Order: sequence, then C-alpha cells, then structure tokens
Amino acid sequence: MFKYLKQLTSLVAMVAVLFTFTTESMAAKKSKTLKNTQKKGFVRCGVSQGLPGFSNADAAGNWTGVDVDVCRAVAAAVLGDANKVKFTPLSAKERFTALTSGEIDILSRNTTWTLSRDADIGLTFVGVNFYDGQGFMVRKSSGITSTGQFKDGISACTNIGTTTELNMRDFFNSKGIKYEPVAFEKADEVVAAYDAGRCDTYTTDKSGLAAQRTKMKNPDEHIVLPETISKEPLGPVVRQGDSVWEDIVRWSLNTMIEAEEYGITSANADMMKTSDNPAIKRLVGAEGELGAAFGLDNDWSLRIIKQVGNYGESYKRNIADTGILPDRGPNQLWTKGGILYVPPAR
Amino acid sequence: MNLKLKDIVPQLITVIAVVLIFGFFTYNAQINMENRGIDFGYGFLSQESSFDVQFSLIEYDGSHSYFRAYLVGLLNTILVSVIGIIIATILGVIVGVARLSPNYLINKFAAFYVEFFRNIPLLLQIFFWYFAALRALPLPQDAEAIFGVFFLTIKGLYVPAFIWQNFSIFFYSIVAAVIAIIVIRIYAKKVQENQGKQIPVFFISIGLIFILPLLSFLIGGVKLSFEVPVLKQLATTSFIYEGGVSLPPELIALTLSLSLYTATFIAECVRAGIQGVGKGQKEAAASIGLTPNQVLKLVIMPQALRIIIPPTTNQYLNLTKNSSLAAAIAYPDLVLVFAGTALMQTGKAIEIVSITMFTYLTLSISISILMNWYNKRIAIQEK
Repeated sequence: MFKYLKQLTSLVAMVAVLFTFTTESMAAKKSKTLKNTQKKGFVRCGVSQGLPGFSNADAAGNWTGVDVDVCRAVAAAVLGDANKVKFTPLSAKERFTALTSGEIDILSRNTTWTLSRDADIGLTFVGVNFYDGQGFMVRKSSGITSTGQFKDGISACTNIGTTTELNMRDFFNSKGIKYEPVAFEKADEVVAAYDAGRCDTYTTDKSGLAAQRTKMKNPDEHIVLPETISKEPLGPVVRQGDSVWEDIVRWSLNTMIEAEEYGITSANADMMKTSDNPAIKRLVGAEGELGAAFGLDNDWSLRIIKQVGNYGESYKRNIADTGILPDRGPNQLWTKGGILYVPPAR
Repeated sequence: MNLKLKDIVPQLITVIAVVLIFGFFTYNAQINMENRGIDFGYGFLSQESSFDVQFSLIEYDGSHSYFRAYLVGLLNTILVSVIGIIIATILGVIVGVARLSPNYLINKFAAFYVEFFRNIPLLLQIFFWYFAALRALPLPQDAEAIFGVFFLTIKGLYVPAFIWQNFSIFFYSIVAAVIAIIVIRIYAKKVQENQGKQIPVFFISIGLIFILPLLSFLIGGVKLSFEVPVLKQLATTSFIYEGGVSLPPELIALTLSLSLYTATFIAECVRAGIQGVGKGQKEAAASIGLTPNQVLKLVIMPQALRIIIPPTTNQYLNLTKNSSLAAAIAYPDLVLVFAGTALMQTGKAIEIVSITMFTYLTLSISISILMNWYNKRIAIQEK
C-alpha cells in the first residue's frame, strides 16, 4: 500500500511540475507580481479605511466601492474569481510605503495622480477611475454659499499626508486669507472634529466630502460649496518595475470603461459573443488573442464584465444608488459629454 | 591566556553577529530601494515644504524648508512634554502625599484617582479629553468670559496677550532677584553654621522676587498692558476670537491627558519613596527637637528622593514618548508634522523615520542624563 502511495506522490509531483511549465507563459515569467499572485491565489489590494462609494466595508466585512471594483476586476482577470481579493485598509500616510515595500500589489485608494508621486517614489499610476477635485464643506447655518465669503481666521479640518494639505495652502494663499489648518491622521477623526464644531470648514476631494457627509450626525445641516479648487484624478497605483502587472491593472480598468462604451453589461456579456461588431467580440473574448500578451487566457475580459460589471454598473451600484453623487459629472463617457476616454482594446 | 580567550570569543562572535545582521538589513534595503527606483538622501530637508502647520512656536509657513517643519514639530513635542512633566510632577506629588493622609476622604479619593487613570489606555483618554470634552465646550459666540478676559471655547482657550514696554529691564530685575536670593541663601547657611542663628530665607526670597520687579515698574519705566481677545464674526454662525493668545484645544487635551495619566505613576513613586524611609528616622529627628517642617525637609525628603528619582525618570521618559500619540488628535508634534505630512509629501520613509527615531532617542537620553545628574547629587556621599 505504502509502496503505491510513494509512486503516486511522485507521479502527482511530476504532473504538477509539467503543468507549471506549460501554463507559465513568458509574461508570467517576466512578472514577479503576477506569478506571486497566481501562487497565492488572491490579489493583495490596498484600500481606504472606509470611504463610502469608493472602498467601504459593511458589518460583515464585505468591501464595496468603485476602487474595490478595480481590484476585483484584476482578480477576475488573473485568478478567474472576483472575490479572490485580500483587502488591506490603509491610512493616507501608510499607503505608498505599503505598496513600495511589497505588502500590497495594487493600491486602489482614491489616490491623486501627480507628477512627483509618479516620478519620485517608486510608484506608477495606471489610469484614472474617478475624476475629482477638492472642495469645501460648511454648515448650512453659517450662511456661507461660496468660498468668496471665507474670512481671515477660518479654521479648516482635513487629513494629513494628502494633496489636500498642499492645495489648501495654495488656495488660501492666493486669496490672501489667513487660516488655521487642523490636520488629523484619520478621516474618521476629521469628520468627528468638524461635526463637533472644531472647524468652520472641512476640505477634501469633493467625492470624499459627499461620502463623508453621509456619516455626519445630521447630513442635511451641511453643504458642499460649488467651487472646485484643484484637479484630482484618482486612480489605481502599482509598484514601479513590473510592466506586465502594470498593463494587467491598466487594462482591467480600461476594459470596464470600454465595456460601458460598447454597451456590454454583466447581464448581456455572454450574448455579445455573437455580436457583429469585432470590437465587442474582442472584449468578450470571442475574437483575437488579447489575453496572451499578459499571459492570461482569452476570457479574462469577459470575466471582468460578467463578475464585476462595466464602469457604469459599478458607478451606479456604488456611488449613484447610494446617494453620494447621483450626477456622474465628468465621470461620464466621452460619447456622453464626460471625459472618460480609454485607448481601444485591440 | 586560555581563560582570556574563553572570555573574548563569545563576545567577539556576538559583535560579529550583530554587525552582520545589521549589514544584511541595510544591504537588503538598499537593493530593494534600488529595484523600486527610490532614491536615498537627506537633500529634501532644504526643499520648500509647501504645507502649513496649525500651531508653531517659531515663525513658519509653507514657504519654509522641511528642516524648519522638523524644528516646528520638535519644539511642539518639547513644549507638550515640558508642560506635561511639570503638571504631572506637581499633581503626582500632591496625590502621592494625599494617599498617605490619615484623612479617610482624601486618602480614598487619591487612591481612586490613581487606580482609575492609570488603568485606562492613554490613547482612549486622549480621545476622551479631545472629543468628549470638546463637544461639551461652547462655541465661541456662546462662551462666557472667565474673569472677564479668558474664553474657553471649542476652538481653543483664548487668553489676553501681554504687551510689554522696556521688557529687558523687567527681565534684568528678575535676574537680579534670583542672584540676590542665591547670595542670601549661601550667607544664611554660613551664619547658621558659625553662629547657629537662623535667617528666614524663605520670606526674604519671596519678598525679593516681588519687590525688585515691582521697582522696575515704578521707577524702571516698565509698562505692561493687556490685549483682550475680541469676538469676531466670520459668517452667520461662525465666530472666532481675535487678538490675545489662543491655545488650541488639541494642545490642552493632550497636555491634560498626558499629565493626568503620568501623575498616577509619579504619585505611586512618591508614596513608595516616603514609605521607604524608616519610621525611626522621623521619630529620631523629632526627638532632637526639629520642627515637623524641618523633619520633612532635612530628614525625610533627602532620603525619600533617593527612592523617588530613578522610577520618576522613567515616567518623564514615558510622558515624552507618549506625546507622539498627538497625531491622533491633530496636535502638530514631531510625529504628525515630520513623520506624517513631511514623510507623505516627500516619500522619504527611511530617512524621515530614522531622523525621528534619532530625535526621540536624543530627547530621552537628555532627560536621562539630567535626571541621573540630579540623582547623583542627592545620593549618599560615601567618604
């Protein structure tokens, strides 16, 4: 009995070795991150510590949000299952160190794409999944309806370690207003302090303001001022130096946006295989060999669309239906008056 | 010879092992940073920081350098530590003595205070004083004036600012008073040693420290006026006080929580110190005719201090290090400003964390050296 067991084991081992050799493509060999991810069986994804609409965990620990969906898309493409993601909640301060030190493989945490971040600190931005801008929230009762009414001595609550701190200084300096910055390490404390009346205004990205407003004691008492003081293109980030992984994340995001453009949804993706449009057929894996370039099979994009949905579905599910920002604003397809425009998948 | 080798070899191996381990990590970090395209260097310290800080003891804004931002954070850390140590010491001594009081109420109250505050995690206490106490404070427009000039509000404590004329003369008058007191003390000691007469040094000292500065006002041309904070409206329901000095609520909450927490430990040190002095000492001192005050000052305290100082030093160190929890409530200390914002904006994690660690190390060692020096001074002089 034991004799056979020994032979059986070696047979299994040989088959396994053979299998590894045949399935491991050139791309996977080149990409350490892809190889590690496939070996581990889950995508390691850094998200926020709780920002409704972008990355937020419910009571059962299930993460939802448009940032979360990017990681899910990558998991669907690489591992075949959108749920095979390990989420690591990170503060603004920790996020880049976590990525560069290899603790996570994708940082999808409402992170602004700037030159210095892209060039300096070992990071590569792969795209934009939300076009945002910094704004101000004030109490309705203050009577302030525009940033033009800000006066010397105003106190502003915000987070440390964000572009917000820098934009805020630029804004107040250019207007010649003396202000008191009150910067906290975590978003929850910012909200609590502003809500308690410590600050006259709360400033961060407008999407963040809209999302955090839902956490206030009395959301109706606060308004977000109309002015936008900065450009904040938010998007997923990967480590520098693994271009295959970078491409996989970039095109997982692009697939979601392109799918919306062609009207492919999680519901009709399978039917689209018989479409007359070659662009659609390529996206659902019925034509071409797009996955091969990444070392993935040809259904990678179909899986993203079926399991996560297209960008529009993700936006509706996470941001519009939750009442955070029902109007898509600039985050609408270029064909519908927005600025979402991705290179063609071909 | 053999014995020596046996002694040296294990030590040598240990040293080599430590060096190798450190070398391995340094090398690894270098390789990793190179692979990920991260530069190493301290050049960023002279770059413009471009972020503002809420509260600073030196002139600072975003147009200054990162090094200046580091100094701002460092000074804020020192400020909160020094105030915290002073309050904690005073409170600790009072509570420590109170725990030995024969009065049941005082005794139990002190015991309750110690057990309550030292058994709740410090971070929770900081959050409590900041968020609970903050919510309980009035908005600036609703604040009642304390003594007509102080305003305690949710946006901070506003106190009148001093406006001096000829401040230097006032300053010199205080220096002169201090020198005079020292001279009188030395003289008084000599008189007592030679003639056995006692000069009431304490009352003379108090007199001097009041009279000399008072003279500087009367004949020195020193003038002092106050600038009282005035309420200013920013918007319909948004107000602040202008003029005077404002202490941010973050500083108040942090100092309060650090002092209340550390004072419990100091109180226990003080109690241990006093109880550590034998009962016979007190009785013997009383029997040779010393007054109760002299017993405490000349016999009990010098011996008790020897027991109190070393553990109290630990508490001072703890308080200084605990002040780094400031980051949680937006007090701009070294960790928040430098290891927080500056680290984020530059991405120089290794450099900034190493500077911050080295700074705390230096601070702690300075306190240690100071306290050890004091400890040595009061130790038994073996002849």
